[in-house]
Parts: sequence; structure tokens; C-alpha cells
Amino acid sequence: MKQKTLFIAAAVVLLLAFLLATVFYKSEKAGQSTQLAAADLARLVRMHSPTYGKADAPVTIVEFIDPACETCRAFYPMVKAMIAANPDKIRLVLRYAPFHNGSDKVVVVLEAARKQRLFWPALERLLATQAEWAPNHTPQVALVWKQLQGLGLNLEQMQFDVTAPEIAGVIAQDLEDARALNVTKTPEYFVNGRPLPSFGFEQLKRLVDDALAATRP
Amino acid sequence: MNNDSAAWTLIFGAWLIATVSTLGALFFGEVMQLPPCVLCWYQRICMFPLVLILPVGLFPLERKVVRYALPLAGIGWLFAVFHVLLIAGVIPESIKPCTQGAPCSEKVIEWFGFVTIPLLAVVAFSAIIALLVLAHFRSSK
Repeated sequence: MKQKTLFIAAAVVLLLAFLLATVFYKSEKAGQSTQLAAADLARLVRMHSPTYGKADAPVTIVEFIDPACETCRAFYPMVKAMIAANPDKIRLVLRYAPFHNGSDKVVVVLEAARKQRLFWPALERLLATQAEWAPNHTPQVALVWKQLQGLGLNLEQMQFDVTAPEIAGVIAQDLEDARALNVTKTPEYFVNGRPLPSFGFEQLKRLVDDALAATRP
Repeated sequence: MNNDSAAWTLIFGAWLIATVSTLGALFFGEVMQLPPCVLCWYQRICMFPLVLILPVGLFPLERKVVRYALPLAGIGWLFAVFHVLLIAGVIPESIKPCTQGAPCSEKVIEWFGFVTIPLLAVVAFSAIIALLVLAHFRSSK
């Protein structure tokens, strides 16, 4: 009899713990994401981050990107189009979140291209040819070099630049900020510090439109 | 403590671990909305039934339940160890069985820098196996 009581008590306690944890997690999550970004604006944009668009644009989109991420590839042209439709109004700041295994090595190559002021063409080329150098979602940095031909990059210089220690520092900082900001998936966007309420291009567009509307007098 | 109640307690302990693991997996999947990868599903297939099978052997105490539960726990343990090795990079990526949605090599959770979900699974399956084996030896005396 004692055993039965013990078993039932344990089952009830575990179920209650599960339900309480669920309620707690949901309420926590609702408040958390807005609060996080607001408290950590410094974490959103770093001096070292590649930036596209006018420096003093009123709307800043911060994107955590993984060059090997398919959704990042799909979103990139749409974000680009959004910026083109609102010239001088939107600035895109890229942060690295190389969550795919081996993707960090590809980021290093992009940073090396950046030293030659060809970051954006290199990024666009790599996103466009993603399937070639990341077969089965497995980024292979050896396949990346071939894709970069014809962009005017000095590949020999890049082979040297990829060993620069400051590049590793940039990636480590970005990953740390991603962790602090609860970024676990890519792409993740923050528009003037506000995270997407839920994932999707529509939600991103709405946030950007709201931010643009707020800048108009 | 006589052998019967010792065996009962050991199997009950195994059930506790299986239930905590199951609820934990459901929490990650259904509440936190982390998509389980293929290997996670195989481990779940081995873990979830233990929550139901073990109590059947507890009321009344039926020692043979150890024999029914051990294959599940053992196979689950193998999947969990494989998963940990995959994440650690010991097993080359080319042989990973993965879907597009959630790559198995992705670490969705990393507490204290080393505790991942598959590591928790290895610990849980190991503890369940240990308790069940102990219960078996208690009963054979």
C-alpha cells in the first residue's frame, strides 16, 4: 500500500512540476525577448560588424546570419529589396552566428574578403552558390575558394589574411552576443532593438514598416 | 530491507528517471518548441515506453519487467552515445542520419558549456540500466 501511495505521489509531483514549468516558461518568454534587446543594445551592434546602407539611417536591422543557412539565403534578397525600396532609411548590420559545423571557417573567408573591401559581393556570391560549397548542409571551406573567383579578390592575400587573430575574435564576440541575446536560430532579426514577435518575413516587414512610420514626422 | 522491496525500489527509481526524462523531452519539444532531430526521436522511442512498462512490473512486483525494459534502455543508450559522439565530432559527419529540419549535430542546449540533451540522455539511460541490472541481481538471489 505504501508503495502505491509513493508511486502516485511521485507521478502527481512530476506532472505538477511539468505544468508549473510550462506556465513559468511561457510567461517568462513573453517578457524576456523585448527586455533582453532593450537592455543589451550594446550587444546588438558592435564596432566590428559589417554594415550596409547609410550609417545614420533611422532604422537599423541587425541580422544574425550563418552563411551556410538556407533560410538566411532565402531572406537575404528580400531584406536587400526592402533596403533598396527605402533608400537612406534602413541600415543593415550583420552579426555572425555560424551555427552549422564548419560555417565559422566560411565566415573567416568572408572577413578576409572584407579586408579587400569586397565583403558584400563575396557574401552575395557565397549565398547564391551555397549548395555548391555546403553539400548536405555541411559547409566545406575548401569548396568556397572556387566560388570566389571573378570578384576581383586577391585570393593569395586572402589565404594569408584568414589566419588573422582578430577575425577569430570577431566571431567569438558575435557568438557570445548571440548567446546573450538568446539567438539560437538563424536568421534572427532585431529592428531598432526589437526582436521578431514570431519568425517570418511578414513579421520582419511589419516591424520595419512600424519603425519607418515612427521616423516620419 | 528484503530482496523484494529492494528490487521494487530499484525499479521505481528507474521509472522515476524515465519519467523525468520523458517529461523533460516533452518540455524541450512541445513547450520550448525545439524540433527533435532524427536521433532524438530514436532515443525517445526507447525512453517513453519505459514510463508505461516499468509500473506494470511494480504493481504487483514482477521482476521479469527488467527483461522487458532492458532492451529498450540498452538500445536507447547506444543511440544516445552515438549522438554524443556525433556532436563531439568523433564520428565523421558524412554518416550522420539527418533531416533538413534539425541537424543532429546542432547543439540546441548547452548548459555549463558541456551539458547537451544527448548527454542527459546518456546519463539517464545509464542510470536506468544500472538500476534495472541491480534489481535483476537482487531478485536472483
